[in-house]
Amino acid sequence: MPDTLTKFIFGRLTLESLPLHEPIVVATFIAVALGGIALLAAITYFKLWTYLWREWFTSVDHKKIGIMYMVLGLVMLLRGFSDAIMMRLQQAIAFNGSEGYLNSHHYDQIFTAHGVIMIFFVAMPFVTGLMNFVVPLQIGARDVSFPFLNNFSFWMTVGGAVLVMASLFVGEFARTGWLAYPPLSGIGYSPDVGVDYYIWALQVAGVGTTLSGINLICTIIKMRAPGMTMMRMPVFTWTSLCTNVLIVASFPVLTAVLAMLSLDRYVGTNFFTNDFGGNPMMYVNLIWIWGHPEVYILILPLFGVFSEVTSTFSGKRLFGYTSMVYATVVITILSYLVWLHHFFTMGSGASVNSFFGITTMIISIPTGAKIFNWLFTMYRGRIRFELPMMWTVAFMLTFTVGGMTGVLLAVPPADFVLHNSLFLIAHFHNVIIGGVLFGLFAGIAYWWPKAFGFKLDPFWGKVSFWCWVVGFWFAFMPLYILGLMGVTRRMRVFDDPSLQIWFVIAAFGAVLIAAGIAAFLIQIFVSIRKREALTDPTGDPWDGRTLEWATSSPPPAYNFAFTPVVRDNDAWWDMKKAGYVRPLSGFKPIHMPSNTGTGIILAGFSVALGFAMIWYIWWLAALSFVCLIATAIGHTFNYNRDFHIPAAEVTRTEEARTALLAAQG
Amino acid sequence: MASTATMAGTEPVFHLEEEHAHAEGSSTMLGFWLYLMSDCLIFAMLFAAYGVLGGNYAAGPAPKDLFDLNLVAVNTAMLLFSSITYGFAMLTMDKGRVAATQAWLAVTGLFGLAFLSIELYEFAHMIHEGATPQRSAFLSSFFTLVGTHGLHVTFGIVWLVTLMVQVARFGLIEANRRRLMCLSMFWHFLDVIWIGVFTFVYLMGMLR
Amino acid sequence: MKRFGALLLFPLAGLLSGCDLVVLAPAGDVAAQQRDLLVVSTLLMLIIIVPVMALTVFFAWRYRQSNASATYAPDWDHSTKLELVIWAAPLLIIICLGALTWLGTHLLDPYRRIDRIEPGQPVTQNHKPLRVEVVALDWKWLFIYPDYGIASVNELAAPVNQPIDFRITSSAVMNSFYIPALAGQIYAMPGMETKLHAVINQAGTYSGFSANYSGAGFSGMRFAFHGMSDDAFGQWVAQTRTASAKLDRDSYLDLEKPSENEPVRHYASVDPDLYGAILNLCVERGKMCMSEMMSIDAKGGLGLAGVRNTLPLQYDKVARRGAIFGNDPSYVASICTAEEAAAVSRASREDWPTYWPAKNLSPLRGAGLLRPGTDSRSAEADTSPLGMLRREL
Repeated sequence: MPDTLTKFIFGRLTLESLPLHEPIVVATFIAVALGGIALLAAITYFKLWTYLWREWFTSVDHKKIGIMYMVLGLVMLLRGFSDAIMMRLQQAIAFNGSEGYLNSHHYDQIFTAHGVIMIFFVAMPFVTGLMNFVVPLQIGARDVSFPFLNNFSFWMTVGGAVLVMASLFVGEFARTGWLAYPPLSGIGYSPDVGVDYYIWALQVAGVGTTLSGINLICTIIKMRAPGMTMMRMPVFTWTSLCTNVLIVASFPVLTAVLAMLSLDRYVGTNFFTNDFGGNPMMYVNLIWIWGHPEVYILILPLFGVFSEVTSTFSGKRLFGYTSMVYATVVITILSYLVWLHHFFTMGSGASVNSFFGITTMIISIPTGAKIFNWLFTMYRGRIRFELPMMWTVAFMLTFTVGGMTGVLLAVPPADFVLHNSLFLIAHFHNVIIGGVLFGLFAGIAYWWPKAFGFKLDPFWGKVSFWCWVVGFWFAFMPLYILGLMGVTRRMRVFDDPSLQIWFVIAAFGAVLIAAGIAAFLIQIFVSIRKREALTDPTGDPWDGRTLEWATSSPPPAYNFAFTPVVRDNDAWWDMKKAGYVRPLSGFKPIHMPSNTGTGIILAGFSVALGFAMIWYIWWLAALSFVCLIATAIGHTFNYNRDFHIPAAEVTRTEEARTALLAAQG
Repeated sequence: MASTATMAGTEPVFHLEEEHAHAEGSSTMLGFWLYLMSDCLIFAMLFAAYGVLGGNYAAGPAPKDLFDLNLVAVNTAMLLFSSITYGFAMLTMDKGRVAATQAWLAVTGLFGLAFLSIELYEFAHMIHEGATPQRSAFLSSFFTLVGTHGLHVTFGIVWLVTLMVQVARFGLIEANRRRLMCLSMFWHFLDVIWIGVFTFVYLMGMLR
Repeated sequence: MKRFGALLLFPLAGLLSGCDLVVLAPAGDVAAQQRDLLVVSTLLMLIIIVPVMALTVFFAWRYRQSNASATYAPDWDHSTKLELVIWAAPLLIIICLGALTWLGTHLLDPYRRIDRIEPGQPVTQNHKPLRVEVVALDWKWLFIYPDYGIASVNELAAPVNQPIDFRITSSAVMNSFYIPALAGQIYAMPGMETKLHAVINQAGTYSGFSANYSGAGFSGMRFAFHGMSDDAFGQWVAQTRTASAKLDRDSYLDLEKPSENEPVRHYASVDPDLYGAILNLCVERGKMCMSEMMSIDAKGGLGLAGVRNTLPLQYDKVARRGAIFGNDPSYVASICTAEEAAAVSRASREDWPTYWPAKNLSPLRGAGLLRPGTDSRSAEADTSPLGMLRREL
């Protein structure tokens, strides 16, 4: 009887579920626990809980939510990168009969977790955070269309991340690869909790991502400042719009396909099973119908960042704005017509393979046009090599190589010899690191002063830059070569000793990248210490061109005291040239949304629901589901979701800025 | 709203003097429409899965062994009627008649409940005969597609009840009208999906 | 920026140091053609990649802020001519590459029988293809040679300069069958069959493996591929026939159980219906074959009478197959005898010829494909893809 009771209370969660036999995990747990306790203690000691809750966790301010997304991305980057360096170490030493230091149970979780975390919980939060922070400012809006939804979306993303992190210490993560192909991910071959963690983490985070996509589309379509027609939107806003269209039009596919996989796993349906008429290859098709647009979801906003940065630091209008916009739209549409290139080797006919190969190549045309546009923006400019511009040039040189190997992989017969090889790994890290990550660092360096009112320290930024760029080439060029030597991905041990040197070089590259990450953290730390020296009181440190530079740094809660009116696609540049004078009086009360804790509470129940479903704790699942619905309904009974910032307060804030600007002379 | 066009010789206008408040809820219809489209995509995937797996009976029963078209026709009528009555609710809402609106909403909810009951009866009957979702890929995709629609109707009814309480408490205020409008879109959307289910799953299933 | 260029050269120097780049120097004609396509595509793209990278570095240097002598045109943002060039240049490259892709994909379709043993040596009726049935198991490879009635685990042998005709499936999860020296890979999927045609031109031992992650024992899922002279292959077959083990349904079910780093095994004889049963997921006795199931389903299923035609799973090679809210693990029971099922399975599989009739290539051998003034010998020396295509035809 007590056994039944324990089973009822804890489901399949037992003491054995805790990975106490894995010393690496235990050590990590102790380190994380100590760090976590120290952090919580510090917050308690400095009495920051109320501040954090009131000013940040419950905030509906798009700028604060954007910053919180960036923090989430950074924290998860550390986790994802730890996985990466563990893999590099394992592959560098598992030769000559050595098993390395990771058994397959552990190693297979690590490469799955690395992929899942880097895509869903590093790249996505970073990109969403950047869009959240910048887009409303660029279009001259006070906030996003649905501020509460924005807060809720953020906490759902956190919820997904919490579930992934929990899998490290309670149970295990999936051992299937980051897309969890059935039948391997089915209940028959993965009966443990790993795949369930995968499913629920992605479902919880996916809700957040989809809603945030809807929110930003509405914001861009409905909230633009007067005069800002679609063809006067800054390019970053355009790429954000396209990215969010892609999110809304692709994440439901992921939701549906994962729901079918969960039904197979929980109810025993036969969507993707081998017996009873199921079809595992349907999963592969469906997940890539989401998966390929996802790639463009990640890269498009960074194309926007590079456009803004190139134009600003070249002191020049962006070359070919119109063709840039059309190129983005064409990429958006074409990204739905290429999914099959991820599995040419499935045995589709030659005509099907050539169709998808050629559509893939066609995408390189607008992408190529974009590269040329940046090139000719630099042409006859006055290029200031500040950090964001350095990242941009590094991107242009790195990304073209990655693009080339990408087109190479789109040639089906070439893909037959390179598919699933380390060449493929090198290719997509080449575009994701060289494109997405370099772009994020450019964006962070570019908009940091807007967010915090002081610039980032350039010395440590340059250290980080060179470590990253050099480390990247050291880490991934050997993988191209190993791919050409016929070495496949996800291998744990090797028997050919001649490969080892390349893995050692790659591991060295990973260490350099680790130094780059460390230098980035030091850069943030040093910049905060030296914030007085690095301060930027003007709000326009780079001689910017778009509206976000028209307001103070950091911007007031209401962003703009008066709604700006736009005449040109470089709106702020146009204002500066026309001798715009900042209004000093006549301020009106400003209508703003109120903070609410509902988002974090709903996300908390979602995490509980996910955790309960993973461990078969049915009472908790039912309870948290009921609480989730009740809270959501309760929230709709609150009709007072906004307030007015009184004119006096606006006047006070604006006068403070006037004084600050006057002090500059 | 200030004009952005500038006359020759006058100073260009770079900001609005008056507060440029986006009316509350001005994005709601667009946002909800986008949500519906994302939901539509989920259904599209389930339809696609049914399209791929719908003929895989695993040597078990096929649609013609299981479906009772008369029952489904009655069921379809229930849902279509509920859409009409929701339409009447919206018409009376426009005239500001609270009681009539509530009455029509209640009728809509009852039709929805009737639809759900018939669907549940159909499911129970099939499962009783052994045609469970586990029996074949066809049945898996059938139960999932139709069941997901049914789940949406269930949430629609929960939402409907919530809104009726809110209308009773706060009247037909602007926020409530907007919410009723959203639910109206949701409800008609489910109708459209059901037309697809009825045609694609039931009618074409009988022809197979 | 100059440091950047030096970094790019570094891996190139590594390339020259002479490691075994099997993908670029394969021993089979199919892989060699795939390599050619890879190299030609790369060169084609370098036409645009190199200028772009050079221009990036040049513009970055030329228009640096400190260079006051460079022209500064802050409002110049449009040039129709330039726009035309930046869209047309990639477009032209992609048109060439697209044409190359279309041709290459069709010529190198793994399902298509090869037409030549090596450049200049077409496949004739004298070439008897070696037929091999490949099964990816957890975590080892089973090779069945229907022409010889033998089988081997984790070892594959084939005579050089003979076409090899693979039929590939998997017992449980997805794998990918890949011998880099021989030809590109193709997935091995349960309940499905893929095909691969190839030829090995040089005797030697090459490595083969699964290129798609398939679970715990994936790293050890490797096998040796021996390209042998006809004599040596004959000896290998004879030697295999002397093995004591025989492969029938029972020993297969035993072999199928998950195991890692399996040694090489030989089977002197093989149940001729075994591969069909593996492909149709019905090696277990009494289980309905997929071929049988599909032909029943095509006729509209078995109706409500068939609903309970399932049996609890007796044999379960993994710990637990059932879902928590699902039924107990079960399978659909066969309604025919084992012999009938095997017959259905045989009938469902297309004819698999033991020799290839000569192809009539005249419809493809359009004279227009040869450039005016070139005879067939100069086409032979032509290493361009079109030239290769011509030789192919």
